[in-house]
Amino acid sequence: MSDLKTTPFFELQKQLEGRFVDFHGWNLPVQFNGIIEEHRHVREKVGLFDVSHMGEVFVRGPEAVAALDRVVTNSVAALEDGQACYTPICRPDGGIVDDVIVYRLAHDELLVCCNASNREKDFTWIRQQARGECEVLDRSDEFGQLALQGPRAPEVLAAAFPGEGAEIASLAPFRHHSVVVGGHTVLISTTGYTGERGFEFYIPREACATAWRTLWSAGADFELRPIGLGARDTLRLEMRYCLYGNDIDESTTPLEAGIAWAVAFDKPHFIGREALLAAREHGVARRLVGFRMVERGVPRQGYALYSPDDEDLRVGEVTSGTRSPSLGESIGLGYVRVPHHKRGRRLLVDVRGKRRLAKIVRTPFLRR
Amino acid sequence: MGKIPENIRYTRDHEWAALDAGAGLVTVGITQYAAEKLGDVVFVELPEVGTEVEADETYGSVESTKAVSDLFCPLAGKIEEVNDGLEDNPELVSEDPFDEGWLMKLSPRDIEDYSSLMSSEDYEAFTAGLENE
Repeated sequence: MSDLKTTPFFELQKQLEGRFVDFHGWNLPVQFNGIIEEHRHVREKVGLFDVSHMGEVFVRGPEAVAALDRVVTNSVAALEDGQACYTPICRPDGGIVDDVIVYRLAHDELLVCCNASNREKDFTWIRQQARGECEVLDRSDEFGQLALQGPRAPEVLAAAFPGEGAEIASLAPFRHHSVVVGGHTVLISTTGYTGERGFEFYIPREACATAWRTLWSAGADFELRPIGLGARDTLRLEMRYCLYGNDIDESTTPLEAGIAWAVAFDKPHFIGREALLAAREHGVARRLVGFRMVERGVPRQGYALYSPDDEDLRVGEVTSGTRSPSLGESIGLGYVRVPHHKRGRRLLVDVRGKRRLAKIVRTPFLRR
Repeated sequence: MGKIPENIRYTRDHEWAALDAGAGLVTVGITQYAAEKLGDVVFVELPEVGTEVEADETYGSVESTKAVSDLFCPLAGKIEEVNDGLEDNPELVSEDPFDEGWLMKLSPRDIEDYSSLMSSEDYEAFTAGLENE
């Protein structure tokens, strides 16, 4: 484990008896008290996640906004200071390089929060593709990142940062605001990966210990608990949030993945526009769908999907699956060939050699 | 590393086997060590009653929120009973692996196979060795 990178919160979480695993080269806690319990705790109360493995790439300069607007599919130009958006980054053929959140910090500075596994790729890609007067900096090593998620998160934030906390808690989703912690600027955003109310914190490394303690002691009155990556995955899957590497990658497009809402086709230029427009016109051959198991079994990434009408007809593959702690049923996402993808249609999931019936359902699986 | 009851037998695959000599049945489950490594068990797949199984053969699987693990039969025989309660309450495997979380009962083909399994002392040493790796 000596080659693994540790986050600024490693020791603090070690003391909380987290069980650590190698996650894309990072030594991160997969669970503390158990994935199901942690999952429910976030849905019912509030939890704290160490997400420091995520990358932070900055684009700054007089033409930063215009430059990044051409690299990502969603509209960065439409953002105002203090706003953020979710967006895929596409290749010219529409394949997804990564899915990120872009924060507009100022008219000449943007922060791109990218997946840990794509950090170097994204940095190189953005630097290559950003045209105009701007510089692109990978500052991932300078930041730790925490996520505070759950219905009681606003109360914890208000207690942790008297005055400012309550103000930030009242912001709409995908907004951000900075506070000062121990002389360092900490960006707090109304974003998350759980479907609950919550906040994410971008914290300079020097301020990480103080920020953790501030949140942790404020959270004591609200039953704040540490949450591992295991529950992060089951929480996001119930909401049908895509996970890069599972549900989306360079061989999939936003149209297939059902995240075309984050593609601003009205923008005159962005990488992948022509390919995505053509695909939209001609229709895609497969769609990412959510399904729930009708028969027993838990779908897992890589399991084949078949048509119940013709058991030799392979129609797709599972990309993510789990037993949903909130719903008490097994759920999954998978790419299914058109027209087998329609809601209400049945699928057979090859669960380790046994064909088990599933049904395509509306997503998100969990209504919030 | 969790408790290891005496007077029952163990395998390197972290299964336990308890012989009821009167009934001629061996009850099988996973150890607490295995249960803790797995995390929350959310699903258990067990064989049909009447299935003939070989030693070390896969007879089912347990799934936690994260992963699937095969179950390996400690000894050859015929499955006589499976724990149906796990269908609705798979978490019993995590919470009470040596009692309510038992998996199946089999009639061994050769009762001698049972005594060749690891004792509790051997299993304790085995798991201690794994922890030190």
